[in-house]
Amino acid sequence: MSALLTVTCAVPAAGAVLTAALPAGSTEARRSTTKAVALGVSAVTLVLAAVVATRFDPHGARYQLTESYSWIRSFGITFSLGVDGIGAVLALLTAVLVPVVMLASWHDADPAPVAPDGTFENRRRTQGFFALILAVEAMVIVSFYATDVFLFYVFFEAMLIPMYFLIGGFGDRAGGPEAARQRSYAAVKFLLYNLLGGLVMLAAVIGLYVIAQDQGLGTFDLQTLTSAIADGKLQLTGTAEKALFLGFFFAFAVKAPLWPLHTWLPNAMGEATAGTAVLITAVVDKVGTFAMLRFCLGLFPDASKTFAPAILVLSVIGIIYGALLAVGQKDIKRLVAYASISHFGFIIMGIFALTSQGQSGATLYMVNHGISTAAWMLVAGFLISRRGSRLIADYGGVQKVAPVLAGTFLVGGLATLSLPGLAPFVSEFLVLVGTFTRYPAIGIVATFGIVLAALYALLLYQRTMTGPVKAEVSTMPDLKVRELAVVAPLVALTILLGVYPKPLTDLVNPSVNATLSQVHETDPAPAHPVAATSGGEQK
Amino acid sequence: MSTTGMLAAAGGSTPSIPAPHIEYGQLSPMLVVFGAAVAGILVEAFVPRRYRHWTQVSLALAGLIGSFVAVVVLAAQGYGSTKVDLLAMESVALDGPALFLQGVILLAAVVAVLTYAERKLEPKAGGLPADAFAAQAAATPGGEQERAALRAGFATSEVFPLTMFAVGGMLLFPAANDLLTMFVALEVFSLPLYLLCALARRRRLLSQEAAVKYFLLGAFASAFFLFGTALLYGYAGSVKLGDISDVISGKAMTTPALLSTTQNDALLLIGLAMLAVGLLFKVGAVPFHSWIPDVYQGAPTPVTGFMAAATKVAAFGAFLRLFYVAFPGLRLDWRPVLWGVAILTMVVGAVLAVTQQDVKRLLAYSSIAHAGFILTGVIATNKQGLSSVLFYLLSYSFVTLGAFAVVTLVRDSKGEATHLSSWAGLGRRSPLVAAVFALFLLAFAGIPLTSGFTGKFAVFQAAAAGGATPLVVVGVLSSAVAAFFYIRVIVLMFFSDPKPGGPTVAIPSAFTATAIGAGVLVTLGLGLLPQYFLDLASKAALFVR
Repeated sequence: MSALLTVTCAVPAAGAVLTAALPAGSTEARRSTTKAVALGVSAVTLVLAAVVATRFDPHGARYQLTESYSWIRSFGITFSLGVDGIGAVLALLTAVLVPVVMLASWHDADPAPVAPDGTFENRRRTQGFFALILAVEAMVIVSFYATDVFLFYVFFEAMLIPMYFLIGGFGDRAGGPEAARQRSYAAVKFLLYNLLGGLVMLAAVIGLYVIAQDQGLGTFDLQTLTSAIADGKLQLTGTAEKALFLGFFFAFAVKAPLWPLHTWLPNAMGEATAGTAVLITAVVDKVGTFAMLRFCLGLFPDASKTFAPAILVLSVIGIIYGALLAVGQKDIKRLVAYASISHFGFIIMGIFALTSQGQSGATLYMVNHGISTAAWMLVAGFLISRRGSRLIADYGGVQKVAPVLAGTFLVGGLATLSLPGLAPFVSEFLVLVGTFTRYPAIGIVATFGIVLAALYALLLYQRTMTGPVKAEVSTMPDLKVRELAVVAPLVALTILLGVYPKPLTDLVNPSVNATLSQVHETDPAPAHPVAATSGGEQK
Repeated sequence: MSTTGMLAAAGGSTPSIPAPHIEYGQLSPMLVVFGAAVAGILVEAFVPRRYRHWTQVSLALAGLIGSFVAVVVLAAQGYGSTKVDLLAMESVALDGPALFLQGVILLAAVVAVLTYAERKLEPKAGGLPADAFAAQAAATPGGEQERAALRAGFATSEVFPLTMFAVGGMLLFPAANDLLTMFVALEVFSLPLYLLCALARRRRLLSQEAAVKYFLLGAFASAFFLFGTALLYGYAGSVKLGDISDVISGKAMTTPALLSTTQNDALLLIGLAMLAVGLLFKVGAVPFHSWIPDVYQGAPTPVTGFMAAATKVAAFGAFLRLFYVAFPGLRLDWRPVLWGVAILTMVVGAVLAVTQQDVKRLLAYSSIAHAGFILTGVIATNKQGLSSVLFYLLSYSFVTLGAFAVVTLVRDSKGEATHLSSWAGLGRRSPLVAAVFALFLLAFAGIPLTSGFTGKFAVFQAAAAGGATPLVVVGVLSSAVAAFFYIRVIVLMFFSDPKPGGPTVAIPSAFTATAIGAGVLVTLGLGLLPQYFLDLASKAALFVR
């Protein structure tokens, strides 16, 4: 039993404690030390997560590198970790994005120059911000690796707290008291929505445990539970299974977020810093969709099949609704948020289409959406920090003064609208094909989401970057070296995974097939040649 | 009192008077505390004023720790896990729940006494350090006498013996094996608390008002309890919990007298209901909760912390013993009523807390909501229910003590600044204190990795296993409501701008710092590694009959 997974989770956790304990950032040098330490820790985590992903053998056992330690014996709770392909890839995504986000947020948490009336500014701001990011990273990675339902739940809930402080405590200071009020409203809304979801899930977790305990299985171990459900050792009555499924799904659907539980996302992403917004949409929200795959389908296969059509309808509504609202947004960050809601619709649709293409598409989608949205949002953040406004109308002609910024912003936008050749195209295509083979009508409606995506992404580019140069924009500097270092790996990954997604699909596909077999579902017989051609892409 | 009464009765009918057999060794936890309390009174009489404070603090701490050692020794001898006993003519039980809860009460009292001993927060009065208690309790607030007392640097060091008497009563309450002993214990711990509530140094009128309210309502509740005892004696012919249970289940020997009274279920049900009223008042369950906000707000904050933690532990201990030992046979009758009470308590506590503007009142309503959560564990009526309630009480009492200890630190010129608006921006000025308070609030809200979550999970799990799934759902939803107001305070502390001229955070002495540190340690410890204490609670979860 190697401790690789525990170490991968423990490094950012220890880093968070260390960063928080560093001396207060009253001088530039001390702040730089803090940031360097945090960045270093996240780099070590990246290496570890990469090692985990490479040590994972796609053709081996379902869960690998497993570890299990006794934790709370009274309730059959263990500290059990293990990876499947999906968890390995998503943890790697997290580990890639966190250093990028840190680099992008380098100066977001510097304390303001002390106000004339005293010492109100918190000198530990910088330490706090970077420690919170590392804490989120640690908790997200534990969630991706956890193979104990209770362990997962604990970290699924606990990550809300650092996230809440990141949203509420840090943002652009220029906005004054009104912006601060908006920000704390957004943070509270985020927390309450997710906490309610989590508490409903808690009831379901307890229910599952009590039922399992009655049948002699007093455990939270995922593998024990899923195999007991599969071979009938653990019998859930129809009503109980449906109720438990809904309890779990509600929490994940709030987190993901699925229409109509999405309303916290635009507030949170709009008011938070660009870096935090990326953490929300590209990292934390992925735990929700990931958990649908791992827990909803694994534990409640029959209920998943029962509710799949209803969930598909909601996800399609989310695709169209998110895209339509994105078209109408005046605020750049909220536009990205609504675009994300549309994308989450695609991911959830791919999961509950219950086809192998749909699900591996959904998993790839989680990765690709994470990377492309991070690029789009972070460049938008750079843009906003230069002008001090989030309103689209305040920009125009930026591409003439800051061509590199405009160019990377375009790449992010094109990735979002799934331009062929860029990574999101592969996954969106797989999701649509996977859905179409089982539910043609839903697949067709969802396709309109792509058209709308082209509309909102290109309109945003056109309104901000092209046209006559606005006066306030005319002196805008182009991307700095640090900012280039943020964008370059994201753009490179977008292109690389668009052209050559095979390493990812190889990792993911066996796990997807294992998940599908838990639901006793096989792909429908190919009625269209489309399914056959996409098979080549999967291999 | 009960012993004397029985002796007198026995003396009337037979010539031989049996001398009561008292097991001093097994009763030592209570005897040590009562002894320290009596010694404390003597200290008041004989020790010069300037040495009194330290003598009292050392005496109280020594008594509490000595008593705790006695509890540990008894547990190490196997009491509570492998053997149980009935002491003092079967009026006191020595079993797992009694020992566990006595341990919790003693630890909570140690922490509370540490906050009592704090003398760095108040400005000096008469050139001497001042604590949180009135200089001279009998002086009229604002009067000449009070000013004279302040000038002379008087201090009410009687709070220590009073607290020790209260602790002694609390130790007896969950261990009492008959209704009369239980009543005596109830009075022994309530009367000193009524007094302690009236002793605040600042805002004395509010404090005295709180004490009067608490006394009047508490006296009513005690009367209910006593009347219920009388009715049950009329029904079962005994005040012993085991005997009552036997009569109810029909296992007792039937005598002609019993036959005539046991026909009358009204005696039984009304008696039970009145006992329940008395106990529900003490735990602060809706609809008997109305005293809690006023009393918690008015009492000196260290006393509030002590009351909120230790009274709840003792009262729930007695509650469990009464319902699990004397009335398991009536489960079908009392469970639906307690269902209603628990639901009301959770919902009312959580919803009313949302509108509060004062930190102490907010914590008071939160304590009402928590009483509801604990009741869900009581209703489970299984072994898990018992052990989960024991665990919950342990975790809750330390969070509460810690939270009230933090409240004593946030001060302005008028003393503690308890209005919520003055807590705005605390996180920017004193990040550490705000972070600690946020931790306690998150534990109250039941966020994972804190003791509050483990406790909540344990009681909800027990309730679900005991067939009370709807209660769990209500509990989960009111947790969400409750989370809202805890979060509101966190928002205020961290995301609002501090007001100019707002309160400052006083630097406490090692006493309060230790108390808060203990709260943090237990909160995180029981959240991260609760197994040992869950085992302990589970081992202790068996009542002697």
